[in-house]
Amino acid sequence: MIVESRTAQSLDRYEELLGPEVEELRALARPLSGRGILMVNSTAVGGGVAELLSGIVPILEELALPARWEVIAGGRDFFEVTKAFHNALHGGPSQMPGDAFDIFRAYTERNRAATRLDSEFVVIHDPQPMGLIDGRANGAGHWIWRCHIDLSHANPAVWEFLEPWVVRYDGAIFSSPEFSRRLPIPQYLFYPSIDPLSEKNRPLDPLYVKSILEGFGIDPSRPVLTQISRFDRLKDPVGVVRAYRIVKRYFDCQLVLAGGGADDDPEGSAVLEETAHEAHGDPDIHLLELPPSSPREVNALQRGSTIIIQKSLREGFGLTVTEALWKKKPVVASAVGGIPSQVIHKHTGLLAHSVEGTAYQIRYLLSHPELAARLGQQGHEHVREQFLITANVKRYLTLFLHLSGRGSGVELSAVNPPS
Amino acid sequence: MDTTLNSAEEPFRFVTASYVTRINNQKVTTLDELRTGLDQASDASIFYHTFHTLGRHHFLTEGFSNDFAQWVLTGLNRPALAEALGSVDVRDYVALAELRGDLRRLVTDYCGEHPRETEISAFEPLYFCESVEVAVPLGREAGTLEEFADALPTLSHASLHYHFIASRLRLQLGTNDFSRWLAQSLGREDLARRFDRLDIYTNTLDTLRQKMQTLIHWELNT
Repeated sequence: MIVESRTAQSLDRYEELLGPEVEELRALARPLSGRGILMVNSTAVGGGVAELLSGIVPILEELALPARWEVIAGGRDFFEVTKAFHNALHGGPSQMPGDAFDIFRAYTERNRAATRLDSEFVVIHDPQPMGLIDGRANGAGHWIWRCHIDLSHANPAVWEFLEPWVVRYDGAIFSSPEFSRRLPIPQYLFYPSIDPLSEKNRPLDPLYVKSILEGFGIDPSRPVLTQISRFDRLKDPVGVVRAYRIVKRYFDCQLVLAGGGADDDPEGSAVLEETAHEAHGDPDIHLLELPPSSPREVNALQRGSTIIIQKSLREGFGLTVTEALWKKKPVVASAVGGIPSQVIHKHTGLLAHSVEGTAYQIRYLLSHPELAARLGQQGHEHVREQFLITANVKRYLTLFLHLSGRGSGVELSAVNPPS
Repeated sequence: MDTTLNSAEEPFRFVTASYVTRINNQKVTTLDELRTGLDQASDASIFYHTFHTLGRHHFLTEGFSNDFAQWVLTGLNRPALAEALGSVDVRDYVALAELRGDLRRLVTDYCGEHPRETEISAFEPLYFCESVEVAVPLGREAGTLEEFADALPTLSHASLHYHFIASRLRLQLGTNDFSRWLAQSLGREDLARRFDRLDIYTNTLDTLRQKMQTLIHWELNT
């Protein structure tokens, strides 16, 4: 199924924000003009990949590149299998139907027959559509597998089943070096990205921010420490409360723990309860269950905070950290998953490895607001350079140019003076 | 003689460079492994962790020099070695082999002096990556110093890094694209030398740009 691109932000609006970086996108796109790009994933709405593609594909089109976005079809049985694959590739427990591999092969064949695969650049997102490479005609075009999940602890049986497809691609893209695997094909690093013009990240009127804080009973005149996360043990909300208690001995601060509703997640409800228990009814601790889609509220809470915390025990990339850095907020975070790529210790934020360390770094920032401001500013620059949707588009354009040998420069072993 | 409107023998053609990062299947967690890693890493990998990191972190000025120094400090908490690695100035090198050799020598010397520290595991590993560079002409030229001055404020950080920092390796002349053009095509050797003396470690790319603009302003008004 072809997904019609929704009207996205015009490049002109990004140019207002990012200046010459957008001219650069146009320069990189010029040699690729008219050459087809196909993005394939498994869902048109919901989930990070669909959100990402709904932003990237219209930008590629605006750059005069004929980009298509296709979504594969599958029944309930197929998506049960791919959900089980997803969990198994993450290294977690999974309930695999006995005929899982047969079901996967059958849908792969059906989708291959139904999908036009003649674009010069084909990017297949995640494992669900990866078997479409069976439809590649005699090595034509350039095929890339974009893996958005952490494969470092993949279940061996599932990986052995999928690997023969993976190695036929011209390259694989991962979100962090630690998410990758030893493969015989080139592996590339593409960071996930945020859209600076989205509801969750666009600038807000300070009066609106204040009203949101006050609406939640938060006092904007006193320091606000915030962690935005699901109520999940791996996000360690109890540890955050303990760190806050240490900080509270020195500073009259408040703590906000805000995340998606825990109603339909038994573990989430249990974690919320444990966190509330740890809070001991402290009126300065605000546990906020936000509705599933509350981007403006999250935006306001982040902007209204003095310090953003991300004390995860394990983490994917950690886009809530990216959002906070973009808003020029000082961040104290655990050195796990993709966080160290974003929080360069003492340059774009502070890293910690324990409850006590987290508390110390928060106290240090509250004692040195000038340092907090500098880290926030440098964090913003870091996001601007690496983690915005425009940087993501730039990486795709660069990779396409590299794969097709266009562009006047190539690898360093063959560097040439400028023409 | 008023030379302000003199045309260059060759116009300066502005280029931008863009990079994708290739992940190597090579990670290190100790100083001993770092020493081996430096031996085995490709030139493109040494570039990524030194020259390219200056572009990726162009907004930092204090205490950030290259990925190796940063990892030794934050991952291994070895400030003396971090300081030594951080003081390696990429401007001193026209070939990556020499840069690699000096980085490796610093790690080897430190390991020799502190043998008990060579096997200590870092908080987090260092992953070796490589830069894949694609350079694309921006379609803009400067034929005079005035045109160059007009173009400078509109250049992206990537283009500035390409011409002012990465070019040293490309040219293998111990200079940069801007200085070479100013000297060779405009005959402005003094200005070229002043450009070349600008400190890429204590400036951001934006403050470097401002200083270049100031230098041109002086040149045109004296």
